[in-house]
Amino acid sequence: MASKIIYMDYQATTPCDRRVLEAMIPYFCENFGNPHSVIHVMGEQAGEAIERAREQIAELINAPDKKAIIFTSGATESNNLAIQGIARRHKGSGNKIVASAIEHPCILEACHAMKREGLNVVMLPVLENGIVDMDALKREVDGATLVSIMTVNNEIGVIQPIDEISAICREHGALFHTDVSQAVGKIKVDASKIDLMSISGHKIYGPKGVGALYVRTNPPVELEPLFFGGGQERGLRSGTLPTPLCVGLGEACSIAKQEMLSESKRLMEFKNYFVAKILDNLEKTYLNGDKERRIPGCLNFSFDGVEGEAIMLGMRDVCMSSGSACTSASLQSSYVLKAISIRENLAHSSLRIGFGRYTIWEEVEYVSSKIIEIVNRLRAMSPIWEGK
Amino acid sequence: MAYSKKVMDLYADPKNIGSLDEKDENVGTSIVGAPSCGDVIKLQIKVDENGKISEAKFKTFGCGAAIASSALITDWIKGKSIEEARAIKNRDVAEHLSLPPIKVHCSVLAEEAVNKAIKDYLLKKEKAK
Repeated sequence: MASKIIYMDYQATTPCDRRVLEAMIPYFCENFGNPHSVIHVMGEQAGEAIERAREQIAELINAPDKKAIIFTSGATESNNLAIQGIARRHKGSGNKIVASAIEHPCILEACHAMKREGLNVVMLPVLENGIVDMDALKREVDGATLVSIMTVNNEIGVIQPIDEISAICREHGALFHTDVSQAVGKIKVDASKIDLMSISGHKIYGPKGVGALYVRTNPPVELEPLFFGGGQERGLRSGTLPTPLCVGLGEACSIAKQEMLSESKRLMEFKNYFVAKILDNLEKTYLNGDKERRIPGCLNFSFDGVEGEAIMLGMRDVCMSSGSACTSASLQSSYVLKAISIRENLAHSSLRIGFGRYTIWEEVEYVSSKIIEIVNRLRAMSPIWEGK
Repeated sequence: MAYSKKVMDLYADPKNIGSLDEKDENVGTSIVGAPSCGDVIKLQIKVDENGKISEAKFKTFGCGAAIASSALITDWIKGKSIEEARAIKNRDVAEHLSLPPIKVHCSVLAEEAVNKAIKDYLLKKEKAK
């Protein structure tokens, strides 16, 4: 066991499912046609494969119209296209974007860029359980062009009340965008109630380098493209589509749709066991984020008195992540954990554990035991644990 | 994080963990860093009648580099005079452990811990006079 690497960082990325890879392979060397060269048979074959993938994605997110799916290079591009595209198209009317303080950096940075272009950007606080402050949303939604709130947070796994948020936006005439990178394939997402929705391939056992943006078609949501070219993807995303990657994303969505229920049940058992074992065996240890409104595959703990990187160093055979400053290039602790108002030293003491499709019981048991062992060892040598 | 083998070895088996009696007049104690910054080192020295550091102990809240730096510097100052211990600089620690640039501040903290513990000891001696 100890010599094998255990992967528990499923929020960072997931391995590509072999079934996905197999679906992709024919589109590299054999069916390599340009999907936009619709005039000949090679192009036509590639184009059909892309349209099939679009359908598979639309089915998973319950999109009323498959043409609403725009392929991109990933969720970072999708999110930028949504934020910048809406902000630029609607310049002059409203000029206000509202987003939650715990959005992914690509949303936050895109918002900051729009602020530099003169837009009014409002960051909504979240409550201590990680759920967006709905009173703040109701206050700020007035006059907003766009509201962007992620469905599931990548650090703490908390699920936002998307239906409620969507209804508030609709009532006030604001467009609603949600990043479902960490949600799709894990919980039901419903594009029919949303204006814009971002998807990533590599978070759902698909390939890296591909994603999608759902852009409602009826009534149509209008936005400016990020760049210009051949006018592919309804003019919103120029550039030749990477057929194998699109096929891979489609296949990943199709598998996720079939296996979502059984997988989430399995992960729920892991989660219940893991949380109970950690909290029963370690005092002053906290599960960050709402206890119930969260996906089972993302756990985030703070272990008072010890530092996150030091825990990870004690178990180099396990891939996890931490909100500690020491594990970030910027030496800043997690802004998500700060936003949910946990004491800053508890942000340094955090560890994110992610379960996924290939996690097995043996690993869940081993990692939970090992964490308890390492935390106890580090606490024995911690000056801030003394006397606690 | 690309840590050297020396850091990993000291992390896995750190020497000199523990505490000395803070009230002992021959013991100097320091606590440097802050929990909110993610690093705290508590370092203690005991000085014998010949003015040599006979014992050095630490407790550290922090990353692998902070733990390794404290373990190394406590090892280095043992058996040294106060002046010799003061001459040990953070870059000696950082170089010995091949710390990545972003972790050099951990060695700065370790140096600071030694100097503050010495200061505490000298202050105690001054007061006792």
